[in-house]
Amino acid sequence: MQEHDISWVRTEMALAQSAPRSEVGPAAWLRQNLFSTPVNAALTVLALLFVAWLLPQVLNWALFSAVWTGADRTACLNAEQGGPLPSGWSGACWAFVGAKFGQFMVGRYPVDERWRIYLTAVLFVVLLAPLLIPRAPFKRLNAILFFAVFPFVAFWLLLGGFLGLSYVETPLWGGLLVTLVISYVGIVTSLPLGVLLALGRRSKMPAVKLLSVVFIETVRGVPLVVVLFMASFMLPLFVPPGMSFDKLLRALIGVALFSSAYMAEVIRGGLQAIPKGQYEGADSLGLGYWQKMGLIVMPQALKLVIPGIVNTFIGMFKDTSLVLIISMFDLLGIVKQNLADSNWATPQTAKSGLIFAAVVFWIFCFGMSRYSQYMERRLDTGYRR
Amino acid sequence: MALQDAARPGGSERASWFYDPKVRGIVFQLVLLAVLALCLWWIVDNTIENLRRSNISTGFAFLRGRSGFDISDRLIDYSSDSTYGRALVVGMLNTVLVAASGIVTATILGFLIGVLRLSNNWLLRKLATVYVEIFRNIPPLLVIFFLYVGVLSLLPLPRDSYVLPFGSYLNSRGFYFPRFVWGDGSWLVAAGLGLGVVFSYFVARWARARQMATGQQFPVFRTSVLLILGLPLLGLAAAGFPLTIDFPQAGTFNMTGGFNVKPEFMSLYLALSIYTAAFIAEIVRAGIQGVPRGQTEAYSALGLRPRQGMRLVVIPQAMRIIIPPLTSQYLNLTKNSSLAVAIGFPDLYAIGGTILNQTGQAIEIVVIFGVIYLSISLLTSLFMNWFNAKMALRER
Repeated sequence: MQEHDISWVRTEMALAQSAPRSEVGPAAWLRQNLFSTPVNAALTVLALLFVAWLLPQVLNWALFSAVWTGADRTACLNAEQGGPLPSGWSGACWAFVGAKFGQFMVGRYPVDERWRIYLTAVLFVVLLAPLLIPRAPFKRLNAILFFAVFPFVAFWLLLGGFLGLSYVETPLWGGLLVTLVISYVGIVTSLPLGVLLALGRRSKMPAVKLLSVVFIETVRGVPLVVVLFMASFMLPLFVPPGMSFDKLLRALIGVALFSSAYMAEVIRGGLQAIPKGQYEGADSLGLGYWQKMGLIVMPQALKLVIPGIVNTFIGMFKDTSLVLIISMFDLLGIVKQNLADSNWATPQTAKSGLIFAAVVFWIFCFGMSRYSQYMERRLDTGYRR
Repeated sequence: MALQDAARPGGSERASWFYDPKVRGIVFQLVLLAVLALCLWWIVDNTIENLRRSNISTGFAFLRGRSGFDISDRLIDYSSDSTYGRALVVGMLNTVLVAASGIVTATILGFLIGVLRLSNNWLLRKLATVYVEIFRNIPPLLVIFFLYVGVLSLLPLPRDSYVLPFGSYLNSRGFYFPRFVWGDGSWLVAAGLGLGVVFSYFVARWARARQMATGQQFPVFRTSVLLILGLPLLGLAAAGFPLTIDFPQAGTFNMTGGFNVKPEFMSLYLALSIYTAAFIAEIVRAGIQGVPRGQTEAYSALGLRPRQGMRLVVIPQAMRIIIPPLTSQYLNLTKNSSLAVAIGFPDLYAIGGTILNQTGQAIEIVVIFGVIYLSISLLTSLFMNWFNAKMALRER
């Protein structure tokens, strides 16, 4: 008699089915991401119309209709304005940027001496690049060279006046050179000053604490232009008659004071996030104040606030453009100054020059923010599940 | 030392006072204060000497002097015969005007873009990201210049200005729109508006109390709109429509009539709003993302629709994360309004600079700057702290 056995064991695997048509593929992606609801579909169409209206205009203006070469303003004028281009033409005048490129980069620095800037720039890149790449060796030596030796070499190369180099006075400096010099000095001085101020604000000594709080809150409460204004009009009053300050130096002092106050607040945030146990642990090991801060607390606090520090750097880099207001010519200042050049006065000059400056600023700031995100991921040791 | 040791028999050897942190702290602070006092004395001495040499008297008496310069944008009466003090007040009001209008616009734009960055629509999300990444990474001064010399000064002359709806015009002299001219009895309209706001507040309170007690809802929003719009209209009708509208007229060289917003103000206001909105958008995004996912699941489980859940559950919690950084953005915008000087808008900083050039009173001007900017910052943070305390988590 045969017994009916209802149990059944599959001996071979079922063939894998492909996912439903509505879940994969470009069509499904479109449906899920652009046309999921009627409202969404309407918004998508509106956004598409907006892009279709804007993008061709922008591309046409910046690339296809742009004038790339030319000797003076006539190259960028259309027939109605008395130039060779067809009437109704509108496009970027990159010829203006090309003609002024040297000035935009280094200002009125003497042409024969410009190799000194290029050498400084090469040194800067050669020292900075391995510092930014985590796997590059000799970090300690590299950092010492970049933060302690490079400033003196750059000072000698750029300013000159001793050891065989001729003196180039700072009013001749300009353009991206000034932007980078001010930001470099701001970054290199604001970090240690900011650490000291942050420690001062959390100090148990009332006088130190009070002074730090007053300094930080006053500087943070007023705009940078007021600090620069102070540096440029009041510093000369503070020194004995006859002694004069270089204008660039005044701007540097202003920027360094301003950014150190912001840096102090960022670092204080990091210090507050370190658990009390870490301080007590350091105390129980018998470490002194500076050992405790330098070996235990600061490394953890600084790691926590890397995004904030880089944001402050980016803010400072953008803020260097404000030295224009105390009539110094950084990148934006020199572009603005050249807009007044009657040889290049066309309706397109202002837009082209300013967009060029915007692109340069953007590349630096975007680069910094991306690098900080990368560093954040790399240093994120643990805590994440 | 010996006495102390003798007083504590068997006690361990006390460390030398040189290593006592308390003594060291006091000595260090005394040295610091002494050095600071010396520096201050040196600075004050030099300053007095310098001021004596250049024949500048100190003190705020100069504020009563005749200014002699004119200011184009002003909210209160001012002429070149007015005093320096009044010029500074004009500048301060302009700063407050730019800051306040910029804050409102930047907040609206920033919240909109921040929400778009979280939208489930891919295209809108990417567009919002592009906006944020562009404007976060360029200097605000550049945006101001771009709008001023690259866009607004290229607009057509008044005789061929762009005609916009509601009888407004846009040209190289700025934005012109119709102005309401209020006649006699207009106070009724203002009174209506005031009453409308007060009534709406009480209606909202009453409706809330009733809902707490009985669970019945009341259409508060619709009632408030009706009250706030209806009562002024009623006032207008009661006063017999004392309202005329002054439309701008295109002349040969300039526009006459209407209300004119000058290009300087427009570029500053628009640039600050656009720039700050990028930062506010990121704050809003971080705030909404900071609300745990469990909250979304919980309101769905309670049967709330996504829109209700967003309004009643997610946004109130996100606001707690958003408000503190939002405050610092507001302060940044206020401080950035001092960039007005670069395009010739007469804000506090620009007018202070002009006065400094005329009188040479550098120290007094810096003190005035410091006091006014610090008080604006302080008032803004006080208000935002109050708002923050209202929104903060009430732990019982």
